Amino acid sequence: MEHDSHHIIPFKTYLNILLGLLFLTVLTVLVAKPVSGFDAGVLNAFIAMLIASVKAGLVAAYFMHLKYDNKLHLALFLISIFFLVVLFAFSWFDIITRIQQLSTL
Amino acid sequence: MSASHAEGKNYLNWEKGLWSWLTTFDHKRIGILYMITVMVFFAVGGTFAMLIRTELFSAGPNIMDANQYNQSMTFHGAIMVFMVIIPGIPAFLGNFFLPMHLGAKDVAFPRINLISWYCLIVGAAITLVSLIYNGADTGWTFYTPYSIETDNGTSWVVFGAFVMGFSSILTGLNFIVTTHKLRAPGMTFFNMPLFVWALYSTAVLQVLATPVLGITLLLLLAERTMGVGIFDPALGGDPVLFQHFFWFYSHPAVYIMILPAMGVVSELITAFSRKVIFGYKAIAFSSVGIAVVSFFVWGHHMFTSGQSEAAGILFSFITMLVGVPTAIKTFNWVATLYKGSIRFDSPLLFALGFLFLFTIGGVTGIMLATIGLNIHFHDTYFVVAHFHYVMVGGTLMAIMGGIYYWLPKMFGRMYNEFWARITFVLIFIGFNVTFFPQFILGAMGMPRRYFDYLPAFESLNKISTFGAWTIGVGFVIALFVIVIAIFKGEKASDNPWGAKTLEWTTASPPPHENFLETPVVTGGPYEFR
Amino acid sequence: MSSGNEIIVGGHKVAHHFESAEQEFQASKLGIWLFLCTEILMFGGLFVGYVVFHNIYPEMFAEGAKHLDWKLGSLNTVVLLVSSFTMVLSIYYAQTNQSKKTSNMLLITFLCGLIFMVIKAFEYNHKIHMGLLPGELFTYENAQTANLAMYFSFYFLMTGLHGSHVLIGMGLIFWLWLRSRKNEFNKDYYTPLEIVGLFWHLVDVIWIYLFPLLYLVG
Repeated sequence: MEHDSHHIIPFKTYLNILLGLLFLTVLTVLVAKPVSGFDAGVLNAFIAMLIASVKAGLVAAYFMHLKYDNKLHLALFLISIFFLVVLFAFSWFDIITRIQQLSTL
Repeated sequence: MSASHAEGKNYLNWEKGLWSWLTTFDHKRIGILYMITVMVFFAVGGTFAMLIRTELFSAGPNIMDANQYNQSMTFHGAIMVFMVIIPGIPAFLGNFFLPMHLGAKDVAFPRINLISWYCLIVGAAITLVSLIYNGADTGWTFYTPYSIETDNGTSWVVFGAFVMGFSSILTGLNFIVTTHKLRAPGMTFFNMPLFVWALYSTAVLQVLATPVLGITLLLLLAERTMGVGIFDPALGGDPVLFQHFFWFYSHPAVYIMILPAMGVVSELITAFSRKVIFGYKAIAFSSVGIAVVSFFVWGHHMFTSGQSEAAGILFSFITMLVGVPTAIKTFNWVATLYKGSIRFDSPLLFALGFLFLFTIGGVTGIMLATIGLNIHFHDTYFVVAHFHYVMVGGTLMAIMGGIYYWLPKMFGRMYNEFWARITFVLIFIGFNVTFFPQFILGAMGMPRRYFDYLPAFESLNKISTFGAWTIGVGFVIALFVIVIAIFKGEKASDNPWGAKTLEWTTASPPPHENFLETPVVTGGPYEFR
Repeated sequence: MSSGNEIIVGGHKVAHHFESAEQEFQASKLGIWLFLCTEILMFGGLFVGYVVFHNIYPEMFAEGAKHLDWKLGSLNTVVLLVSSFTMVLSIYYAQTNQSKKTSNMLLITFLCGLIFMVIKAFEYNHKIHMGLLPGELFTYENAQTANLAMYFSFYFLMTGLHGSHVLIGMGLIFWLWLRSRKNEFNKDYYTPLEIVGLFWHLVDVIWIYLFPLLYLVG
């Protein structure tokens, strides 16, 4: 019954991950329009979310041990995100195909 | 093992006193706590149903005014959905039998199991608080913007449902972990009884869908207290988004209600036809299939509520797909009965009742999924009849069958077979007399949820109300049959039905840790020769 | 195998219905992961609402984001990331039987949570002062867009729900700190650290998304 969940990740790896996360935090601030004026148009939100996802991936893979853990946990993590995407996609599909009746506000 | 088991101690007399029940971590005792709770709630919700039908006996006000009618309807819906049908099979029968079916000593987290029962009780108590503030009149769906504006105790019902959501989540979480980690040696996934497959699929829904209800209800509370404006069109919000969020939970919730019932029926049919179930894997995977598909169909509740046509067509199409795994199950059950050595005991009668009624419910479901027909049927009594055929004709039939089937195991006593059959006849006939006319009423255009109707609908409504009273009598007799069996019934043997799943290999009632020795499983669950 | 005998591993008594400490550890981990799934979907509902309305009212959201201080937001991001790091180190030190360090790391994690909440309190205080409040409580007078209140509805709901999770996490970590001072954790038994750690990291992951969504996307 030996899963890899008792795998000990070396201290140095943790430290590298932290440094990576801090670097990405600086990066996401630097490319943000309100901070630096850097403007990639419609891609702004996309870039911000991409960086956030890389950060979240690092936390999940190393700090939450998913990389070495029972793959069932990874599957659960991905399934919950998948169904979140389903909630978003169908609600979104309805709203963009609707005749928009924006509030008069 | 300690000596106590040798003296014939079982889970019922293992510890004594009310306090030992209220602080128990034993899944069987928690199952019994749920049984009592659900039966009490069912009596309350059923009383509201009787009041509603009595009010609708003839046109015009009979026994209540419009406001009282709206309240009765809301409480009937909220109680039956959140406090009876959702916890009904998983938390009561599932709690008792899932670990036994797996050959485990308990669920994975006994403490959390007890907490989940308290969540249900606390949630129900919070719901009751609403009565101090003039109750609630939104229906169990809490549609915005009305639920934001209405000036009464709706917030308490919403908050109560939020707390009860935790009960559902924790039960589901427990079942998934138990199924993965606590199976007895040799109990592979394909050696598990189909009831476990059904409960597992249900648990996945409970864990993945209920949190969205949680956030939706929290947002609604914020809406009512702070006017956050997310669902309020007057503040730039979108009330249809509320319906998306609500039905993202509440459509899977419909399967939280029906999947465990299908699991019970699988057990009943194979046990009483004394035959290996036909298409084990097909039934098992169709449970999972129904669970997955149920997440993609919620928009069929919203065909007339301002959802875009494109989204409506998409949802309509996907909804039809639900018919596939459902039909697979039904055909397999019928095939199991074919050439079986059938014993027409009351559990099987209820299972057959399930097959008959659920099929009608399912087929009318396909009619409602058709977007063009739905425009006509939407919010009419056709819909009311449809979902009662599924919820009552499906789930309640299975609960009744399950109670009779497992009563000898749970309490070590037999019930009175004659009177049990009487309850089946009354409930089955009463049910059809109540709800079949409602299909016709709906097709004629009688809208649901109103406390009054046109005189043209009166004769069919009278028939429907007579049917409701018959069901009422049936359930009262059933209550007596069950209570008398528990306290005065004949002693039951360990396996009165000759069934093959693991729970029948241990004593009736089972000992504290279910099995004196951890069972070792060598084959499938239904090894009738 | 017999349930009559208690199994004690690493000073911890395995619950009666488990066959081994490993089975109990694995069950606990699966349990917390399922719980994290529910958290993801619960917060997810808010994110979906946010994205939907962000696309309907982009100017309003841009105006709202200007009222937030990205410097405080960045600082809080760093604080939470460091706390995640120290949390994971507490497990690392438990796995390598250095219980004094485990205890210290937990204390640092707790303090990071505290710093986060204090900074958050300053931010909230500022917003309340300005009248930048959710929905009907909104009293700010120089709004350029009509329903700016909705931005602050999202801001307070999302950060409020997140903040309440930070508080719960802090409570759990404080409890672990007390236990770690009694040397309860070691390489054979660190289940509570692992479980609370996973919860704490998820709270961190949610903030990783909240930060750019609320403070940076203009």
